Amino acid sequence: MLDDWLYLGIFTVISLFLPAAAITIAALLSPKKPDPLKTSIYECGMETVGETWIQFKPQYYVYALVYLVFDVETIFLYPWAVAYNQVGLFAVVEALLFIAILLGGLLYAWRKGALEWA
Amino acid sequence: MITGLQAFFLVNALITLFAAVKVVSSRKLVHAALWLVLALMGVAATFAMLGSRFFSVIQVFVYIGAIATLIIVAVMLTRNSMEDVGPQVNRGWWLPLVVVVLLFVGLVVVLSGWGDFGLSTRTVGAEGENVMELGKALVDPNGFVLPFEIASALLLGAMVAAIYLATDRKEGKR
Repeated sequence: MLDDWLYLGIFTVISLFLPAAAITIAALLSPKKPDPLKTSIYECGMETVGETWIQFKPQYYVYALVYLVFDVETIFLYPWAVAYNQVGLFAVVEALLFIAILLGGLLYAWRKGALEWA
Repeated sequence: MITGLQAFFLVNALITLFAAVKVVSSRKLVHAALWLVLALMGVAATFAMLGSRFFSVIQVFVYIGAIATLIIVAVMLTRNSMEDVGPQVNRGWWLPLVVVVLLFVGLVVVLSGWGDFGLSTRTVGAEGENVMELGKALVDPNGFVLPFEIASALLLGAMVAAIYLATDRKEGKR
């Protein structure tokens, strides 16, 4: 059973190695002739305006939060879905109730305009 | 004398602990959040070593995928506390350290009196069946169906409360 994890481990090592190798080789091979213009901060070719740390819109937070709630819902529904064939109609009703309660949360978010990009 | 699994456990434990210490000692909040991701990843690897695929996937899925993202988003919302200039420790820093070490030693002493303390990990049947058993127990009227439905209501409450707090009530009158 641990052999499966070995593949995952090899995959992790390779996926860490490749970007590290790219950055390291680039740093080793590149000629370094810095001057103030080259090392200045830019954003997409433009010079930055104002401070770098700006306050983001709270909308991002609401999206992340709604995502978290439905993420947890998926986790709860997964064991139910695995056992689906072995549990009766009662279990299906229970799961539908579970989804319906959370649908209320989605409706609330919708009504409050949390899903709209203002 | 030391198997590959044990060596991996030690390395993983060291990385996890180091990342956890960096979470509380980093001056930049974004760095602390990213170290937290590494620490949670170490916990996921620990679950994997215990042979629990389901919990390992949950750890990555919920804690790294959702909660760490939420923390990073929350950091982006804060404006002024990006970089803490004050010292990270105060004068009494050694006192909690002593308490924590005493607590750890006490826990080890208490737990070592327990019969199964020296037990190494054992396999709890095929993993697919475990998840199926969990699924059956979650919807079984004699099992955990009430916590299952209450979890739904709890998530609903958390979602409604957070949206109520996060939406701007001054301009948006709905």
